[in-house]
Amino acid sequence: MSEKVPKPLGVLPLGDAAAYVEFSDSLDLVVNDAVQRLAAAVHARALPWIRDVVPALGGLALHFDIEHEALPEAPLQAAALLVDECLKQGLPDTAAVGRALEVPVCYDPELALDLEELAARLKLAPEEVARRHAAAEYRVLMMGFSPGLPYLGGLDPSLAVPRRATPRATVPAGSVAIANMQAVVYPYAIPGGWTIVGRTPLTVFDAQRAPPSLFAPGDRVRFRPVARAEFERLREAERSAS
Amino acid sequence: MSLRVLRPGLLTTVQDRGRHGLQHLGIVPCGAMDGVAHTLANAMVGNAPGEATLEITVLGPELEFERETLIALCGAEFDARADGRALPANRPVLVEAGTRLAVRRALRGARAYLALAGGIALDEVLGSRSTYLPARFGGLEGRALRAGDALPLAQDAARISAERYARLARGATVRDGLRTVRWSAPSLTLPDREPIVVHAMEGRHFGRFQPTSQRVLFDAVWRVSPDSNRMGYRLAGPTLTLAEAGEILSEPTCLGTVQVPADGVPIALLADHQTTGGYPKIAEIAVADVPRLAQLAPGGTLHIARCSLEDALGLRREAGRRLQAALRAVSWEYGR
Repeated sequence: MSEKVPKPLGVLPLGDAAAYVEFSDSLDLVVNDAVQRLAAAVHARALPWIRDVVPALGGLALHFDIEHEALPEAPLQAAALLVDECLKQGLPDTAAVGRALEVPVCYDPELALDLEELAARLKLAPEEVARRHAAAEYRVLMMGFSPGLPYLGGLDPSLAVPRRATPRATVPAGSVAIANMQAVVYPYAIPGGWTIVGRTPLTVFDAQRAPPSLFAPGDRVRFRPVARAEFERLREAERSAS
Repeated sequence: MSLRVLRPGLLTTVQDRGRHGLQHLGIVPCGAMDGVAHTLANAMVGNAPGEATLEITVLGPELEFERETLIALCGAEFDARADGRALPANRPVLVEAGTRLAVRRALRGARAYLALAGGIALDEVLGSRSTYLPARFGGLEGRALRAGDALPLAQDAARISAERYARLARGATVRDGLRTVRWSAPSLTLPDREPIVVHAMEGRHFGRFQPTSQRVLFDAVWRVSPDSNRMGYRLAGPTLTLAEAGEILSEPTCLGTVQVPADGVPIALLADHQTTGGYPKIAEIAVADVPRLAQLAPGGTLHIARCSLEDALGLRREAGRRLQAALRAVSWEYGR
């Protein structure tokens, strides 16, 4: 037990029906790892009055089922106690939290809508941007914004660019995009302002599928570059499976 | 059997108590904006609280009943007519086969819930029948009702309806040709006069706002903007500004979170709120007051009253007691 696990700064009210376990107000992958592990520990306890355990970039939310008979009189204090107990008992190992996912991505400029523009900006060849993007190992730091949308940490710092000044009205489903030090994968066609560097043929979110989301918090993700022909083949296979 | 949609109204969606336990996947809770009125409507027709109802917004639909059906309309007061006769609100009504129910304008409040005995026979998606419009799933094909839709009801809805109405015999009456009851449920969430008072705690980033912004949050009269929806209400009023501009790390949000984007116009997050957000949170509305807020239509006004976490928990207990008392009274009428 000699490992140094970042500790929460506090358990704060998030309205009167949730608690926020705050670790940090800045993004840090080591801190996020502790957030994911604590979330897994709390989730494993399956307390009936805790309805949602939501790990986020710098902390996690515990949403209470305010109608549940087991809801403690003072849920915030009970949540703080629960966090303490989980920390005392020791958190699950990083390897035990989340899955290892390999996600095919096609970097064809027809799908990677901003790849050439980004490459020109970074004074790199598009192939080199794609190579660096696919070489990194990512972690799902948080899901949010839309159902099934993962925020991935681990981007090669040489690819960090700010969000686009003007967001696109519609980003195609499966688009893999980057901004600052993160990557996202668009679960379905939504507006977005991130720089699109590729597209996965996989169905990222389907409410009718079990599980509905390709990604889950804590997952370790690698992008596997695929050629256009394989992208089309995999896309077709996904379509016929659903 | 089914319910025919002749006119859809402004925004009529299937909602229940929401889709819970999936926020870690970014899946939004959804559910009735006024959960109290939804629960009362279900109780009126003898349904379990988890059955889906139709959430009717500001301008209601016109519906045709294929068979005899026990219905109840709760929440906002609407000009609602069953074959031209005023539909009594907040109570069960047994409408005949072929009845056309025209729900027109909201007279007070913004949302009413139409419960149908036996519920709405749509499949649950991820544990709920609630419609989530942005990602188009849940409810009826993930969308609002349209003219020409046939909303499936329980197969034996007519039998269930007749049986349940028979159990209400003690209070049964005929009013203007409509079979209903002599009693009604209280409106627990309708605004009496505006501005309504909504209680809120200081949010996590309250201290980061300019002192004047901190003050006006609780002093100003806020108006619900026209660009408000089930995701959130934009509140028009004084502009709120951070003392020092800066980025906030995206973090979880919840029902009632009041966040302030860069334009300084606060947004109160409601049923379809995103699970995380990157805007500073100036306040958290007491959950007990959210259904009343949801009954404000665009243009409606509110005052935000500062409260503590203990106050908010107290408000919740009180609201819970009022709802339970109303539900017990309905149970008694059903002879339970």
